[in-house]
Amino acid sequence: MRFSVKHLLPGAMALTFATSTWAGQTQIAVAANFAEPIKAIAAVLEKTTGHTLSVTVGATGKLYAQIKNGAPFDVLLAANTAATVALEKDGLAKAGSSFAYANGKLVLWSADATEVDARGDVLKGAGFRKLAYANPKTAPYGEAAVQTIDKLGLTTALTPKLVQGESIGQAFNFVYTGNAEIGFVAMSQVLAGGKLKSGSMWVVPQALYSPIRQNAVLLNRGANNPAAVALVKLLQSPNIKDLIRSYGYDI
Amino acid sequence: MLTNSDLQAIGLTLQVAALTTVILLLVGTPLAWWLARTRSWLKKPLGALVSLPLVLPPSVLGFYLLVAMGPHGTVGQWTQALGLGLLPFTFAGLVVASSFYSLPFMVQPIQNAFEAMGTRPLEVAASLRASPLDAFFSVVVPLCKPGFFTGVVMCFAHTVGEFGVVLMVGGNIPGVTRVVSVQIYDHVEVMEYSDAHRLAAVMLGFSFAVLLALHMYNGARHKGGSS
Repeated sequence: MRFSVKHLLPGAMALTFATSTWAGQTQIAVAANFAEPIKAIAAVLEKTTGHTLSVTVGATGKLYAQIKNGAPFDVLLAANTAATVALEKDGLAKAGSSFAYANGKLVLWSADATEVDARGDVLKGAGFRKLAYANPKTAPYGEAAVQTIDKLGLTTALTPKLVQGESIGQAFNFVYTGNAEIGFVAMSQVLAGGKLKSGSMWVVPQALYSPIRQNAVLLNRGANNPAAVALVKLLQSPNIKDLIRSYGYDI
Repeated sequence: MLTNSDLQAIGLTLQVAALTTVILLLVGTPLAWWLARTRSWLKKPLGALVSLPLVLPPSVLGFYLLVAMGPHGTVGQWTQALGLGLLPFTFAGLVVASSFYSLPFMVQPIQNAFEAMGTRPLEVAASLRASPLDAFFSVVVPLCKPGFFTGVVMCFAHTVGEFGVVLMVGGNIPGVTRVVSVQIYDHVEVMEYSDAHRLAAVMLGFSFAVLLALHMYNGARHKGGSS
């Protein structure tokens, strides 16, 4: 039996229209550290409003560059305040419309249950070969890792051991697969329901890095999209804050 | 002008590509020979396996390599047992990854040349009492020179153009795994567009020059008649 496009097209079109007529959809850009929480938030949004999210995950700096060059996103959930403020200044979002949705925490994590001690002394020892972190130029969590290493006075000692993920997602992946014994990742990546999922971690003291204030912003493209507006409203509602906190964020 | 880190990336890229080409010439030639000569049922599956990197997304290759070369992977345990340590994020690891990635670009042109040559020249050489090794170097290599040339050039150029696999197993370490394609990606990500432009132009010029040379070489050969 032969298939032709003619036969497939009506079905495909029916499918497309079905999803687009019955529920609103919004395409959003999300900083990699928030990849897990956004899934839970998407589920809440769909349950309460019927709207669905189409999520693109990446390093904040990269997402900013993409949006600036015309990427079709309605909302940006960044891992800093600089990106959303810059987008307002660029005229791609309404001035003053960005808002805080989470304060991130940096952790030193290993997939091995005994590798990382409660005080992070592992960093001073020679018990590891590679230390993963995210690209500090594009990922705020990578920048925080660099600040931490610098504050600890370990820059010279650790530089030969550093391996860089292009986002905090890839940094996590390097540690998760064991290719780097330890790595600076976001607490949200290793926590589920408020508990460490596996491995061992050191919660880096806030004094060692500048606060990771995460801002979101409704972009001009999404201003008239009910699904995008609903997401922004949900992110600002008190009810969602407990869910965000359960991933280790302050808010 | 190009920055020091750009120049470092170019130097590193050339090293990776050169080493990969040498390794694949040594590994790919016997493999191509076997594929061209064998009547084994394994010919088809193995031929398909060699071609896989042509169609596989680099992310698939990169993911498997990262897992296999990691501490829990077969290759990783093997390299650790040999005292070589782990391959991801190292120059050696990059060369290994590139060797998989560029394998078909070396093997296929050489295999085609072997097949086109047929068995006749070898039979003649044998009747003149040339040893198999002698026959290979004094008969096969000269006859199949265009195949070798194409394989070497394409393998080198393709390795220089590698990006996805490096992104997944490299760890972006300056001077170790940060090759030109990754450096360009980094420039673009942080909106250093003028830096990206300069380096991208270098790559474009290089790639065009390589392909032009290859076409001119092949063109000259065909014009030259039967040789």
